[in-house]
Amino acid sequence: MTQEIIISGFGGQGVLSMGKILAYAGLMEDKEVTWMPAYGPEQRGGTANVTVIVSDEPVSSPILSSFDTAIVLNQPSLEKFEPKVKPGGTLIYDSYGINVPPTRKDINVYCIDAMDTAAQMNMIKVFNMMVLGGLLKIHPVVSLESVLKALRKTLPERHHNLIPMNEEALRTGMSIIKPA
Amino acid sequence: MDKEVTLMKGNEAIAHAAIRCGCDGYFGYPITPQSEVLETLAAEKPWETTGMVVLQAESEVASINMVYGGAGTGKKVMTSSSSPGVSLMQEGISYMAGAELPCLVVNVSRGGPGLGTIQPSQADYFQTVKGGGHGDYRLITLAPASVQEMADFVDLAFELAFRYRNPAMILSDGAIGQMMEKVVLPPFKPRRTEEEIMKECPWATTGRKGMRKPNIITSLELRSEEMEKINIRIQSKYREIEAKEVRFEEYMTGDADYLIVAFGSAARISKKVISIAREQGLKVGLLRPITLWPFPSKRIAELASKVKGILSLEINAGQMVEDIRMAVEGKTPVEWYGRLGGIIPEPEEVVAQLKKLFI
Amino acid sequence: MTKEEIIQPENLVYKKPELLNDTPMHYCPGCSHGVVHKLVAEVIAEMGMQEKTIAISPVGCAVFAYKYIDVDWQEAAHGRAPALASAIKRLWPDRLVFTYQGDGDLACIGTGETIHALNRGENITIIFINNAIYGMTGGQMAPTTLLGMKTATCPYGREPALHGYPLKVTEIAATLQGTCYVTRQSVQSVAAILKAKKAIRKAFEYSMQGKGSNLVEIVSTCNTNWRMSPVKANQWMEENMFPFYPLGDLKDNG
Repeated sequence: MTQEIIISGFGGQGVLSMGKILAYAGLMEDKEVTWMPAYGPEQRGGTANVTVIVSDEPVSSPILSSFDTAIVLNQPSLEKFEPKVKPGGTLIYDSYGINVPPTRKDINVYCIDAMDTAAQMNMIKVFNMMVLGGLLKIHPVVSLESVLKALRKTLPERHHNLIPMNEEALRTGMSIIKPA
Repeated sequence: MDKEVTLMKGNEAIAHAAIRCGCDGYFGYPITPQSEVLETLAAEKPWETTGMVVLQAESEVASINMVYGGAGTGKKVMTSSSSPGVSLMQEGISYMAGAELPCLVVNVSRGGPGLGTIQPSQADYFQTVKGGGHGDYRLITLAPASVQEMADFVDLAFELAFRYRNPAMILSDGAIGQMMEKVVLPPFKPRRTEEEIMKECPWATTGRKGMRKPNIITSLELRSEEMEKINIRIQSKYREIEAKEVRFEEYMTGDADYLIVAFGSAARISKKVISIAREQGLKVGLLRPITLWPFPSKRIAELASKVKGILSLEINAGQMVEDIRMAVEGKTPVEWYGRLGGIIPEPEEVVAQLKKLFI
Repeated sequence: MTKEEIIQPENLVYKKPELLNDTPMHYCPGCSHGVVHKLVAEVIAEMGMQEKTIAISPVGCAVFAYKYIDVDWQEAAHGRAPALASAIKRLWPDRLVFTYQGDGDLACIGTGETIHALNRGENITIIFINNAIYGMTGGQMAPTTLLGMKTATCPYGREPALHGYPLKVTEIAATLQGTCYVTRQSVQSVAAILKAKKAIRKAFEYSMQGKGSNLVEIVSTCNTNWRMSPVKANQWMEENMFPFYPLGDLKDNG
C-alpha cells in the first residue's frame, strides 16, 4: 500500500508539523516514509505545503504530479491541488478557509470544520491534529496509537503535558469529518 | 543493539554522519537550503563529545580556507553550502586540488544563475565535475539520491578524499537536503589521534615533531617545468580514480528499450517515471551515476548499444547530457529533458516527454 | 691571524638563527622582510617551539617565507591566511600558529578574514608587514599607501577623491574585543629591531597562553618600489610613515 498525500494551507496553520507527525507515525509502524516540504519564504505567511508519502515499498519520487489524498486548508491550496487528486482519490477541506468548494465528481470529497471547532473548544493550537484525525478516519494510513507515539517522540519532554489535548483533537477530528 | 532508525532531513543527516565518522572540524556559513547542517552541528555540540570543532565563519570564502588550513594539517575537515556559496568557494577548492588536500565540500544546490532561487536544482553539474575554479583539476563527486545516502556518503567521501589526497564533493540539492526520510545513521568511529594523523598523513603540517624535514603545503611552483611535472602527476592520479572509483546504480535495465540517465533527485523521479511508463507498456530502465566524476561512461556506452534511446533527465538546462553523448558516441539517440529555475519535473510530464522524444 | 684562527667559538659575537636555513632569499637588498624573518626564527627557537609551530605565508613578497624558516608552513590564497590559522589553531590548540602577511594581503583583499579572525579572539598571531605598497606585483597602490605617495597605479600621487584614504588596520584591531595584544613596531635600527623582537615574543606567548589574538604590525620599507636607496628609504619611512603610523603598543591585555 502506498498513500501519496499533499497537505497545503497558510504558513502558521501547522501544515508542515502535521505532515511530520504523520511521517513519524509511519516510521513507528516500520513503513517507508518521505516528507518533502515546499520550503522557503512560503513558510512565513504565504502558502505552505508538504508532500507525505507513506508506503510499504521504498519511496521513489518525493515530487509528485498527482496525489491519492489532498488536504487543503485555504482557497489557493484548493485551486492548486483539486486538479491533482487522482481519479477516485480523496480531497479533504476545511470550509473555514474555502469560499468556492470543490467541484470534481470523480473524487471523494470530505469537509472538516476543524478551524471553527478548534476555536469553539479553545484548541486552536492543535487545529492541525484535528485535521490529521479527520484524515485518519477516512484513510487509516497509520494508527492513532502510532500518532500518539510519534507525538511523544517528537515533542520535547516539557510539552508532553500537551499530548492529551492533541489526542482529544485527533479524536474530535475523527468525529467531525463528513462527506461534503 | 538494533539498528537505530530515525526520521530526519538530508541536511541533518549530513551533520550527524559527520560527527559519527570522526570528522575533526566543520566550517560553514548559513545559506538556504542547507543551513540545517550548521544548525544541527551547533545543537549537537560535538566539541563536548567527540572533540569535533564547529565554527561559523564570516563567509564562504573564509569557510573553505579554514577547510584548507585544517586539511593541510591532516585533519578530517569539511564545509557545506549551496550554489552561490559554493561559487565563492571555488578559489579555495582549486587551491586544495593544487595542494592535494583531502576534504569534503557539500553542495545542497539551488537554482541559479546569480542569487537565483532557493528551490532545488542540478545546475551546478558543470561547476562540480568540470572544475568550477581555475586550473586542470577534478573533484571526486558523489551524488546522493536519498537521506540515507546523504548520511552514508560523508564517510565514503572522506575515505576517497584521503585515499587520493583530493577534495571530494557531495553534490546534492534542496530537495534531498530538505526532505525527511528514514535513515540508519552510521556507527560512531573515533576521531584519529595525533599520532595516527602523523602516521597516515606524513605530508601534513602538524609541527616538525622530532625535527623532521619541514612540511610545506602549497600549490605554488613558479618553474614551469616543475609545474608541468606536478600537473602530470595529478593527472595520473585522476586516471587512477577514473579506473577504480566509478559508482552507479542500475534499475530495470535488463529488458529496457529506453534508458534514463539521472542522478540525485532526478533519479528518484525517474523511478516513478519508470513505473508509470511500464504500466503503459514502455520498457524503461535507469542508470543512476553515483559518482558524477568519475563518470560511468563505460557502462553507459555498453547500455547504449542495447537501447533505442537515452534520456538524460536533469534539473538543469542539459549539462550531464554532454557527458552521456560523449560516452555513447552516436550509437543511439541521446536526448535531454529537464526543468529550470528551481522547478522539479513531475513524473507524468517526463513520461510524456519520453514518448514525444523517442516514439 | 688567519681566517681559521678567527673562526673560533669564543670569538662568536653573532650567528644566524638555527631555524633560518641557507636558501638564498629572494628579497631585495635593504628590504625589511629579511630582518623580520630572522626575528621570527629566533623567537620560535628561543621559545622551544621548533617542533610545534605551524606558520602561514601570504600572497605577496613573503609568499616564499616557507623556503627560509624551517618550520611547517602552509601557503594561503591571497588574503586568506587568518582563516587557515583560525582553523589550524582550533584543531591543534597546543601548536604555535601565526600568519605572516603584507599590507595588500592583510589590509585589502583579506580585510574580512583579518578582522574576523582577530575579533573571534583566535589564539594566533598575525605579523603584518606594512610597507604601504604592493611589492611583489611591482609597486602598485596599497590600502596603506600614504596620501601624496606615488605608485604605479597612482602615478601622480594618492588623492582621496580618486583613491580614498590610507587604512589603519592596527588601530581598528585595537578596538576589537577579541584582540589581546596589538602593537606597531619597526626594524630600521638595532634598538627598533630589539623592540620588535620583544613584541613578537610577547604576541607568540600570549597566543600560547590562550589570551586571544595578537597583531604585530611592522612598519617597513620597500626601497625598490619606493625607488630609493635602502638608507634613504629608512629615512623616508621615519619622516613620512611614522607620523601617520605611530609606533608603540596600542593594546596590551596580557
